[in-house]
Amino acid sequence: MEESSGRRWFLKSVAAVGVAAPAAAFGADPQSHHHRELVSQAGSVKGQSQPQVYGWLTQPEQAFIEAAVARLIPADELGPGAKEAGVSYFIDQQLAGAYGTMARNYKQGPWPEGTAQQGYQSRLMPQEVYRAAIMEINAYCSGRYGKVFEALWAAQQDEVLGDLEAGKVALESVGASFFFGLLLANTMEGFFADPIYGGNRDKIGWQLVGFPGVAAVYSEFIDKHNVPYKAEPVSIADLQQHAVAVDEHGHPLHVLLAKKD
Amino acid sequence: MATKLKPVDVVVVGVGVTGAILAKELAETGLKVVGIERGQMRDTYPDFQMPNAHDELKFQRRHELMQDLSRETITFRNNKDETALPMRYLGSFKPGEGVGGAGVHWGTQTWRFSPWDFETRSRTVARYGKNHMAEDCTSQDWGVTYDELEPHFDMFERVYGVCGKAGNLKGKIIPGGNPHEGPRSREFPLPPMKMSYAAALFTQAAQSLGYKPFPVPVSTPSKVYTNPYGLTMNACVYCGYCEGFACEMASKGSPQTTVLPVLMKNKNFELRTLANVIKINLDPAKKRAVSVTYVDSRGREFEQPADLVLLTSYVFNNVRLMLHSGIGKPYDPVTNTGVVGRNYAYQTPSSVTMFFEDKYFNSFMGAGGLGMAVDEFNNDNFDHGGLGFIGGGFIKSVSSGARPIEVRPLPSGSPRWGSAWKKATAHYFNRNFALALQGACQSYRGNYLDLDPTYRDAYGLPLLRMTFDRHDNEHKMSLYITNKAAEIGKATGPSKMNVNPRSGKYTIVPYQSTHNTGGAVMGNDPSTSAVNRYLQSWDVPNVFVIGASAFPQNGGYNPTDTVGALTYWALDAIKNKYLKNPGSLY
Repeated sequence: MEESSGRRWFLKSVAAVGVAAPAAAFGADPQSHHHRELVSQAGSVKGQSQPQVYGWLTQPEQAFIEAAVARLIPADELGPGAKEAGVSYFIDQQLAGAYGTMARNYKQGPWPEGTAQQGYQSRLMPQEVYRAAIMEINAYCSGRYGKVFEALWAAQQDEVLGDLEAGKVALESVGASFFFGLLLANTMEGFFADPIYGGNRDKIGWQLVGFPGVAAVYSEFIDKHNVPYKAEPVSIADLQQHAVAVDEHGHPLHVLLAKKD
Repeated sequence: MATKLKPVDVVVVGVGVTGAILAKELAETGLKVVGIERGQMRDTYPDFQMPNAHDELKFQRRHELMQDLSRETITFRNNKDETALPMRYLGSFKPGEGVGGAGVHWGTQTWRFSPWDFETRSRTVARYGKNHMAEDCTSQDWGVTYDELEPHFDMFERVYGVCGKAGNLKGKIIPGGNPHEGPRSREFPLPPMKMSYAAALFTQAAQSLGYKPFPVPVSTPSKVYTNPYGLTMNACVYCGYCEGFACEMASKGSPQTTVLPVLMKNKNFELRTLANVIKINLDPAKKRAVSVTYVDSRGREFEQPADLVLLTSYVFNNVRLMLHSGIGKPYDPVTNTGVVGRNYAYQTPSSVTMFFEDKYFNSFMGAGGLGMAVDEFNNDNFDHGGLGFIGGGFIKSVSSGARPIEVRPLPSGSPRWGSAWKKATAHYFNRNFALALQGACQSYRGNYLDLDPTYRDAYGLPLLRMTFDRHDNEHKMSLYITNKAAEIGKATGPSKMNVNPRSGKYTIVPYQSTHNTGGAVMGNDPSTSAVNRYLQSWDVPNVFVIGASAFPQNGGYNPTDTVGALTYWALDAIKNKYLKNPGSLY
């Protein structure tokens, strides 16, 4: 016990030192303007004024997650990525709420490790997993590269993420590949979930794959074979705020995009 | 101390697909019926309305309509030498919670089990000899035949508004339907749905190989439909938010759309929600149930006396309540004696996914069960001689509606993240479709349900423990039929194809199907079944246990239609036999 808490304190110190350098990220994120431009270039749907406020993540955690999700789903020639889609805000909200605290999950012990077939058996809730793992990964990065994760070059970040995925990094509190799996799953959720949850800003994820969001009535389209149906995606907010016309059952009347493929 | 309530005639434990039907029919005979449900009341309005009905995160990822595991779950292990650990997240299967049960979020495939399914052991032995089944395989006959159930299948399909095309009308094979199905007394109540591009490509490919594709029977009406109870369902609009979701259109067969509006008006029926039944109380001789004990949302304990107790919750709670209450002898895998918990089975799903460069599927459109299927490799429809396994499964095209958090398959070997992942996902999201195989699962001596020695629910009661793995029979079967599906897949002309037969140890992590079966199986022999052919407890005749818990093993079809048929079959026995002369029906 003594040893373990001592180690935790050491890790905290390393993390605190590590994040001192890019502290400019706190408050005004120098990259955010650039990314907002990307969004407005790519988005054919009018921008939504979503609050970009973190409620639960600490500043080093915010920086880590912004950097990590930007590698998992990068901004590239296909358009903006997970960071621009607000996925870090999505994760923040999820960790603070029912998901992060396993409100609808079985939480009683004991917690032996179990087999892979038995699934999630961590004593930690997702919000605790993120807190512990990010601190330990930043300590690992500081030891190996001399910098915390978000300060690394993109290629180095990819290397760290790949090593986490492959379980090659020895973390103290949680398995590396376990944490990576959680981070990747939550990133995909944030990129593709309805924007109501803080991610998928301007429906970036839906536009990427050609998903129309809230469905319209497809009765007259389902049997039009090999005819692409490309619509401006519609979100729950669009409907609640009456930004989109609806039919008698509340399905949106999709605005079809001009044919181009 | 429990508050003792005024006696009623019938208590129904769990108000889902089976409970709603039984409560409605028995209340109409004049009996006083109380339905006790652990979850909340839920209905098309206001609970399932637009636009929030179309929220993938809330329903598919956070399981809003499904069982709250913080209060109650199961524990799981692959074999009895391991320590079972609690299922902390939903994964492999997704039981419902609340009025309507899993009947709210099911995917609506409404298949009849085949005549062979009900006589698995005797027909296998007759055709292939005794040694064709594994020594530890405990699959058995049901004690009821397809022909006996036929009128009850028919009734359930009329109530739930099922679309399809008969392939066998009173023994006559009808083109366009499933030539391998059991004989139907009449055509489906509704014509098939419109078919997607994926279904059309599958149909062509299957026909080119000499198979007989037919529309998957589904309970999403192809047009406006009024059922025998006078309730009207809307036509499905192919929105693609079906399985895992509730229907905003009242276009899915569910207790809410097909039964409850009539039931709730009946003065003989009372619904008690947020009430968790923890025990069926027996008389001192343990021959008769006298009451049920439940805990309400304020923690108060009530004892509800009743003459007849119907266990109509999901497989797990039917079995768990029997074990907690001492109804029937618990199964012991070491001595292979006892019956409650015996013959737990599941299913052996597999898939083939085809990727295309030049075809566009609008993958987000669809309905839960929408597709075409072939049944050539199911049941005993093909010669199993020399194959080393029994059973099979249907092969169907999938057009359920792809929501992008969960359904964005990529060719095997594609990266899971980064720019290359992004490029492949953008390209293939609407340029793929899958074939799903509903592989059967036999029962075995080592697969069973009992009470966990360590983990407890919110009421301090032991959780149900599942000990389960698939056997060689299932893996061989899955490989064989999945390769057959791959031939069909290849004939659709894809650029790439993933072929995923089921192999390796069973894991409770990825979703497979909410088709858990057994544990309180039916039969004609009290030493190998917990309930008789009328789903009546052998030991406590005023308790009936109704649901997929009665399946002695699992077939190569989705189970709901057969659960529905068993419900009407048991109802018929209760109404026309038991009520006239209460006591054992066997």
